[in-house]
Amino acid sequence: MTSASNSVGIVAVQTVHFDQPFSVSCGRELPSLDIVYETYGQLNADRSNAVLVCHALSGDHHAAGYHSADDKKPGWWDNYIGPGKAIDTNQFYVVSLNNIGGCAGSTGPSSINPETNEPWGPDFPTLRVRDWVETQRMLADYLAVEQWAAVIGGSLGGMQAMRWALEYPERLRHCVVIASALKLTAQNIAFNKTSRTAISSDPEFYEGRYYQHNTLPRHGLAIARMIGHITYLSDGVMGEKFGRDLRSGTFEQGIESELEFQVESYLRHQGDVFSESFDANTYMLMTKALDLFDLAREYDNDPVKAFAEAKCRFLVISFTSDWRFSPERSREIVNALIGAEKSVSYAEVDAPLGHDSFLLPVERYNNLFTAYMQKVAQEQQSLSQGDDHAA
Amino acid sequence: MRHDLITLNQWIDTGSRVLDLGCGEGTLLAQLVENKNVRGLGVEIDADNITRCIAKGLNVIEQNIDNGLSNFADNSFDTVLLTQTLQAVHRPDYVLQEMLRVGKECIITFPNFGYWQVRLYLMLRGKMPVSKMMPYHWYDTPNIHFCTVKDFEALCRAQGIKILHRSVQAVQGADSKIKTPSWYSKLWPNFLGAHAIYHVTR
Repeated sequence: MTSASNSVGIVAVQTVHFDQPFSVSCGRELPSLDIVYETYGQLNADRSNAVLVCHALSGDHHAAGYHSADDKKPGWWDNYIGPGKAIDTNQFYVVSLNNIGGCAGSTGPSSINPETNEPWGPDFPTLRVRDWVETQRMLADYLAVEQWAAVIGGSLGGMQAMRWALEYPERLRHCVVIASALKLTAQNIAFNKTSRTAISSDPEFYEGRYYQHNTLPRHGLAIARMIGHITYLSDGVMGEKFGRDLRSGTFEQGIESELEFQVESYLRHQGDVFSESFDANTYMLMTKALDLFDLAREYDNDPVKAFAEAKCRFLVISFTSDWRFSPERSREIVNALIGAEKSVSYAEVDAPLGHDSFLLPVERYNNLFTAYMQKVAQEQQSLSQGDDHAA
Repeated sequence: MRHDLITLNQWIDTGSRVLDLGCGEGTLLAQLVENKNVRGLGVEIDADNITRCIAKGLNVIEQNIDNGLSNFADNSFDTVLLTQTLQAVHRPDYVLQEMLRVGKECIITFPNFGYWQVRLYLMLRGKMPVSKMMPYHWYDTPNIHFCTVKDFEALCRAQGIKILHRSVQAVQGADSKIKTPSWYSKLWPNFLGAHAIYHVTR
């Protein structure tokens, strides 16, 4: 697998330590920060080809390639990052980090709080999307990337990309927002609340202090993941993938047996894997950041006014079967951009795979994403040659 | 350059804001961006066309214009274009109203069903015309609202739409590079014109 010509191959995880207090938007401070990240491709001489990839709820810095030769699964967005792929690593220098509050190496609830010498757990400061943008900006400074060719994200990642466009308008030329929203709907918050309740009501949760009890709220986290999975897929694709097929037992009368549908087994497996690998406090924190996000809140709740700040061009993509971040939500983004007279393109991709479509190979999505990124690459070549007519 | 585009270019100001409804693969819009430095936005429903527009670096929105343009503010564009698309929308009258709300001026082009060759075809063969300009059969055509120059002008009158310019092309096919004498547009456009180009305002 790792030798495939369109893979970035084996990648190394890097860490940067910021030994200075970080002011969190909630008013508290983190005494220092660790950020883990990966990079793919080469930064060009004038440092104009850097692309920032922002991850979603359960993602991390490992977006493409493999960590070792016997690694079975590539990074979470390997379908779209690599040589010759949509985010072409022959042209771009791609930066992907684990956001703070995460559980894949960056400072988060499972890190040690230097003041107590215990894991932060539930005492970790409440984060907002803007805190991630701020820490991503610190990483950009550290990597000496003055301006991103593009900031790209799906779902919660798309919210970060949009916030970038408002907070640091001079520091990105393109913003790609996939299957995202200006803010969550009540239904979406309700799903998140149900997931959090599953975790908090697990007796092994200990109000977030499970590290000290040498245990994990596996059961609650697994249920949270199951709920997530159901909402990230569509009715259609679940029907197609699993139907009413049985994994064990029989429908036959006269035989009493333990029935398990394929879909049950699938969800159980997904829940089990996730509950061993993901941190419950991170899940709580990330879903709360999602709930809190409202791009236009500080702009009199007017997204047109919010986007007036932006200077970059936008590509917005949604998927027809996505009911968690429906096309309607993306159209709200697009209409606000039109209202603010910004450069925007929008495609509503007919894909059956639900919200997860943004991670999966979908031909039309791949074609238009690739076409857009190729224009970004051409533009930066003109920039490098000092051609004024590029934009 | 295509002759209909030369005509159309005269009516569009350099650096103005242009909305192209049913922009196809973006040929016209790309030309206007290149030659007139317009700030252009295309609206299209075909997936491959949208990708082609994006590959040209154009701004394009996936949207069905039959559902209106409610996401566009009044007077937000200098010119709204509808080329070779009027006959394919469900409510041409509604689309026209919307165009004139969003744009200060509009340019509309359509195949003229009053063209003498179309009349002759129908008269002699007694069948719906099929030609290079109208290549579909009656049952599979996306062109559900053919009209004539006279029909269009009647609708403009009924809606209080002011016609700024009218131009027709005698040769079939919108991509013709042959110049049609200007007296065609004045003398008997509904008979001599295969292809009509209108520049209108409120």
